[in-house]
Amino acid sequence: MLFNFANVLTFIVFGAVFVGINITLSRILQARNPHPVKLSTYECGELPEGDSWIQFNIRFYVIALIFLIFEVEIVFLFPWATVFKELGLFAFVEMMIFVFILLVGLAYVWVKGDLEWDKSTAVPDPALAPSAARQELTEAIAS
Amino acid sequence: MDFTNIAFYIFAALTVGSAGVMVFHRNVVYSAVGLLFAFFGVAGIYVLLAADFIAIVQILIYVGGILILLLFGVMLSQKLTKVDVRTESMQLVPAVVVVGGVLAVLLLTISSTPWKLAGSLEYEPTTKAIGRLMMTEYLIPFEIASVLLLAALIGAAYIARKN
Repeated sequence: MLFNFANVLTFIVFGAVFVGINITLSRILQARNPHPVKLSTYECGELPEGDSWIQFNIRFYVIALIFLIFEVEIVFLFPWATVFKELGLFAFVEMMIFVFILLVGLAYVWVKGDLEWDKSTAVPDPALAPSAARQELTEAIAS
Repeated sequence: MDFTNIAFYIFAALTVGSAGVMVFHRNVVYSAVGLLFAFFGVAGIYVLLAADFIAIVQILIYVGGILILLLFGVMLSQKLTKVDVRTESMQLVPAVVVVGGVLAVLLLTISSTPWKLAGSLEYEPTTKAIGRLMMTEYLIPFEIASVLLLAALIGAAYIARKN
């Protein structure tokens, strides 16, 4: 068992060292001629607007919460799956009761509309609105 | 000192160091990343304690679930960077007295407790044993856990709902 985990650790350590060596080598070898345009965020050639640190929609949070509950359920399924054959019908029925109780929860959030993807909750941030110069440019391109 | 001892100290240092980053960093997103490494360190310690199933659950639930939930929670807040989490009131003297007292009690407890060593651990897969116990001896707690999860799900969905 410990040997298998040591394998995983070896992969993690090699991955970290590989990335570390590459970044360090790049730091040593690279030419440095900073320029405001070079340092700006690349957005497929568009002028970057606003901040990348934006507020998320609450919908992600609700879905993540529901996901977490069912992830815990899945974790309980793993030990059951290893012994379910030798314990037979009894274990099967027990797990079905367990899953059914949680399915009630799924039915609840479904009926209550928590799984609906509500797109209109985000308030538009004035900082993210296109600038006047950019709007002029867009109009010039359109006409 | 054998390999597991060295590994333990590395994982312990990783856990404590990342927890320190998490507590002291001013950017809450970086704090969450610090928590990620702390969770990984704890998972490593679980492996060294021969608790393989718990270690995987630690990564699956804490790193894959709770941390993502925390990150979403952090990203819901308006201000992400340069949040000053210090409060206005600075009660330095009472804080030092209380924290010092707690530290003294903890140190006294640690030094006076007769610690029992577990002896040599046997590194064997534990998932099957956990499954067998869950289906026989601890059947009622297992079924009650599902009711607890159901209550948590309904409660979380109710609180997170807009109205």
